[in-house]
Amino acid sequence: MATDTKSRRATNDPLWLRILLIGLSIGFVSVLLVLPLVVVFAEAFRAGVGTYFASLNNPAAWRAIHLTLLAAGISVPLNLVFGVAASWAIAKFNFPGKSFLITLIDLPFAVSPVISGLIYMLLFGLQGYFGKTLAAYNIEIIFAVPGIVLATLFVTFPFVARELIPLVQEQGDEEEQAALSLGASGLATFWRVTLPNIKWGLLYGVILCNARAMGEFGAVSVVAGHRGSTNTIPLYVEVLYNGWNAPAAFTMASILALLGLVTLAAKTYLEWKVNQQLHDTLEPIAAEAIV
Amino acid sequence: MYQPTGPIIAFLTLALTAASLLDSGCGTTIGSTDGAAQNIALLNVSYDPTREFYAEFNESFAAYWKQQTGQTVTIEQSHGGSGKQARSVIDGLKADVVTLALAYDIDAIADKAQLLPKDWQSRLPHNSSPYTSTVVFLVRKGNPKGIKDWSDLVKGDVRLVTPNPKTSGGARWNYLAAWGYVLKRELGDLAKLKDPAAKAEVDAAQAKAKAFISELYKRVETLDSGARGATTTFVRNGIGDVLLAWENEAFLSVKEAPPGEFEIVVPSISILAEPPVAVIDGVAEKNGTTAVAKAYLEHLYSPQGQQLAAKHFYRPAIAESVSADQRKHFAQLELFTIDDVFGGWSKAQSEHFDDGGLFDQIYQPGK
Repeated sequence: MATDTKSRRATNDPLWLRILLIGLSIGFVSVLLVLPLVVVFAEAFRAGVGTYFASLNNPAAWRAIHLTLLAAGISVPLNLVFGVAASWAIAKFNFPGKSFLITLIDLPFAVSPVISGLIYMLLFGLQGYFGKTLAAYNIEIIFAVPGIVLATLFVTFPFVARELIPLVQEQGDEEEQAALSLGASGLATFWRVTLPNIKWGLLYGVILCNARAMGEFGAVSVVAGHRGSTNTIPLYVEVLYNGWNAPAAFTMASILALLGLVTLAAKTYLEWKVNQQLHDTLEPIAAEAIV
Repeated sequence: MYQPTGPIIAFLTLALTAASLLDSGCGTTIGSTDGAAQNIALLNVSYDPTREFYAEFNESFAAYWKQQTGQTVTIEQSHGGSGKQARSVIDGLKADVVTLALAYDIDAIADKAQLLPKDWQSRLPHNSSPYTSTVVFLVRKGNPKGIKDWSDLVKGDVRLVTPNPKTSGGARWNYLAAWGYVLKRELGDLAKLKDPAAKAEVDAAQAKAKAFISELYKRVETLDSGARGATTTFVRNGIGDVLLAWENEAFLSVKEAPPGEFEIVVPSISILAEPPVAVIDGVAEKNGTTAVAKAYLEHLYSPQGQQLAAKHFYRPAIAESVSADQRKHFAQLELFTIDDVFGGWSKAQSEHFDDGGLFDQIYQPGK
């Protein structure tokens, strides 16, 4: 009897166990993820749709949305270019300090965002290494828009590269070699061979990078100076909440949540797309094998 | 097999265009303009509980300035824990004026960044403090723990909320108010502090105060970085039995919360908190805003400014500028000053709050 129980496959588990496990997972997800999301929207609309749009129709709110999109709009393309270059260099060339470079790319993951904000403070703050020089030329970095962009850039740095490195490593360089030996130029090889091979991974990295860029709080909080003109959406949510203005705070939070949901939808679509592609490429091989 | 790279190119182009468009739109929105221009921007870097007061005061000043000079002035606010805000100004936050929780924080700006003269506090009347406040207790409906005075805070299982004295000015006033209470209780007369003959007695009282504060901070649930964060913790998140708060912050909480939810308890004795204001000369000169920044702070002393301060539960420095009716809000209690009991801010700061000071000795997180 005992051995019989042991050899049971998961699908033969008693009904109560299955219900318990499924119930637990659904319960966890509902309490930890779905409920807060519902609360955000419920609170945002609690005072009515009119109030919701009234809190949006406010220059400070637009400035926060504007700055968030600006920070993401600058850091995502830059990280995209860097990610492709770094993954290319790491996967296709051998050079001294390669593993050191890989470790460095991971640094923003390992360091607390607050520390990364402080690093920029130490570099560009008035008392920092370059502070006096920057002040002499009237260049504002900390407590101004460039600081926000730099901080965002730092925390989102690894996303694209990390997504691409394993992919490019796995693919090797045979296809590129073939293209080159057939007379394609380097650029043509990149556009027509390399990029198509990595495009889904690249898009996936970009989406993650974008989500983080828009949602980052810690690093930008350090360099923003708590003032109206340098509030991103997450910072503005805090300002509103601390200003006894919960409805407006939740309105802004709902905008952020909405952006997050769009990101999630895009990610899900991509995963589905990749699966399908995998399926399409595998099928002919499988068919051949059978023949 | 050739695969289309269309989506990626499209995305790249879109993102880059968006970035450059957004960037070009951004430059026009920020920055102070020259004093002679029609539009002037001021940045007022303030501490936590002044949000509502300055929101209204700024409108009043903008109207006044328009009427006086025809210029339009827009005032941008920055709020946070007082110490943190001073740190930001030292690190380059371009404040035309600061309105912080305590003189020491502005001293730090004068010291570390040399952006204003060291004698800044004598430039405006009343020690540059156009309004004062004190430290009171905010308790939950019906005062279930029966809090009446400082001594009740360390009885039974009472749990407290107060911000972190390292970053918050209000928190330092809270701490010093409690300390002063014990000295008064032990000595009977605070004048003994300055009497060399009473040294032994004073030392014993100081030791008692240290023990009391130590017990007090064992009961602290959270140390938020600013006074407003602490209020949110207590009021919205329902943590703790007593919030040590600025009088104005306590009044505001009672006003904003559903009626009857919170009560204010005024202790027998507390500290006279003097939040000072100053023009940051180094920044204002560069921005060409010195004149308007000065006028802004002077407007705080005008009957209008004093009225607004009282409306937002600050005690006006010039008591006569508000009606007797308005003055009734402010409980009569014994108030001691930081100079009387602690010999001024720099002494209090170095003895109590600097690294390795008394606060570090008595407060060990997790113990």
